[in-house]
This record gives sequence, structure tokens and C-alpha cells, in this order.
Amino acid sequence: MSGVQFPLWADLLASLLLIVGATLALIGSFGLLRLSGLFARIHAPTLGATLGLGCVLLASILLASVGAHRLVLQEVLITLFMVGTAPVTAMLLMRAGMYRRREDGSRKPSRHQDTARPSTGGASPE
Amino acid sequence: MKRLSLLTLFTAMLLALWLLLNDTLEPGHWLLGAALTIAITLGTAAMRPLRARPHHLLVAVRLLGVVLVDITRSNIAVAGVILGPARRRAHSGFMKIPIDLRDPYGLAALACIITATPGTVWAGLSPDGGNLTIHVLDLQDEEAWIRTIKHRYERPLMEIFE
Repeated sequence: MSGVQFPLWADLLASLLLIVGATLALIGSFGLLRLSGLFARIHAPTLGATLGLGCVLLASILLASVGAHRLVLQEVLITLFMVGTAPVTAMLLMRAGMYRRREDGSRKPSRHQDTARPSTGGASPE
Repeated sequence: MKRLSLLTLFTAMLLALWLLLNDTLEPGHWLLGAALTIAITLGTAAMRPLRARPHHLLVAVRLLGVVLVDITRSNIAVAGVILGPARRRAHSGFMKIPIDLRDPYGLAALACIITATPGTVWAGLSPDGGNLTIHVLDLQDEEAWIRTIKHRYERPLMEIFE
């Protein structure tokens, strides 16, 4: 690929897309710093994972297609895998955060349940 | 016949995935891909006891367009919240949305749409399936969020999956 000369418009468009994508990812990461708490911070990296990634992939499709003189769409797969995995991670983080908050809230003395000790086996009912 | 009807959209999508992965349209890859995808579909049928019955594919295409536009708009909105003044960052919170969609595949799609859109994250469904909790970064107008999610996402998803 290194010897391929791209037309100017492809170069410019791809550079623009890359810069926009990278800027979005940067803003997303900056959001981790600016926002406070897990629940607010969870929103920030989505910028890089959605439109940021989209711009980079579009740039990649553009250059690969121009370089190969045909439509190269393999990058669509990356989108597919991201759409299938990134939200699941975010939801898991969210659920874990909510669970931890609930746990912290219920660790007050009054809420402590007086359940029996875990049975050591062999304990018959009654 | 029942087994045959399994070989529909899922198989077609797997085949498309295979051809994309190999970046080719050669007849050999069509054959190999078809054999693989049919084997995978039949082999994993037991792992997918519940069949999705998507119809109205045009609605799905339109929904995809709507989601892409919304993702772009939310990207700009969230970037504004992050770079904006501190008071704009003080409105995040949980909210509940009454939900009528029941199909598990539809709900999974809704969860992905909501979470993939910057600014909103799916936070759980009540055990009876009637109440959805989401976390919103810029929570000022709950009514607007309910309208967006119910009209723009839930209604087309119900058309597609129910």
C-alpha cells in the first residue's frame, strides 16, 4: 500500500474524517476527566466508539476502495462487531455499578438480615 | 419444513459475513460459505430455542437510518455537555419509561440502540417487563426522552418483531 498515490480529494476527505474521528475520541476521553461518578462517566467513551469509530472506518473504506479501484467493505464487519459488543460491556458496567450502590446502601446495620449461618452440611430440617 | 425455515435470514447474514470476511465473491467461497453457514445454523439451533420472527424489513432499514441520525446528533450533544460549562454536567440521572415491547429480540435491539446512543445507557428492565430504567447524561426533560424512545425506537421495533 505504501507506494500507492491517492488522488488529492481522497487524501483530503480521509484526513478530514480521521481528524473528526480522533477529535471525538479525544473529547470522549476528556469527558472521563470532566464528568464525575461512574454513571455519568459511562456516557463519555461512547463518543469514540460510535461516531469517532465510524469516521475512522469511513476513512479506511475510502482509502482502501480508491487504492484497490473497487469497493472494499470489510470495515463494515468492524462496525457489526462493535455494535454487538460495546453496548453489552456498557450495560454490564452499568449493572455492576447499580449492584454495588445497592450493596453499599444495604450494608447499614439495620438492614442486616439475621439469616442463619451458611449450613455446614448434614443439618437436618427442624 | 420447520428445519428448512431456520435457514432464512440468519443463514443469509452469516453467508454475507463470510463473504465480507474473505473480501471475495468467488463461486468457491459462495459454496464453502453456504456449507459452513447451513451447518452452523442447524448445529446451533438448539442454543437458540426462541426464534426471532422479524418482518417488515423496510421498517428495519428505516429504523437503522433513524438510529444513525440520532447517534450523530447525540454525539454532538454529549460533546457539548462535556466541553460546556459545569452546570450542564449536573443533570445526569436515572429515569423510568413504561414499555410495551415484549419480544426478547426486540428488547435486545432496543437495549443496543439505547446504549449505543451517547448520552443514554440501558440500566435494567423490571421483572414484569413493564418498566425500563435508563440512565441519561442530560436529564432535563423526561417527557422528551420518553417520547423519543417510544416513538422513534419502540414502535418500529414492535412492528418488526411482534
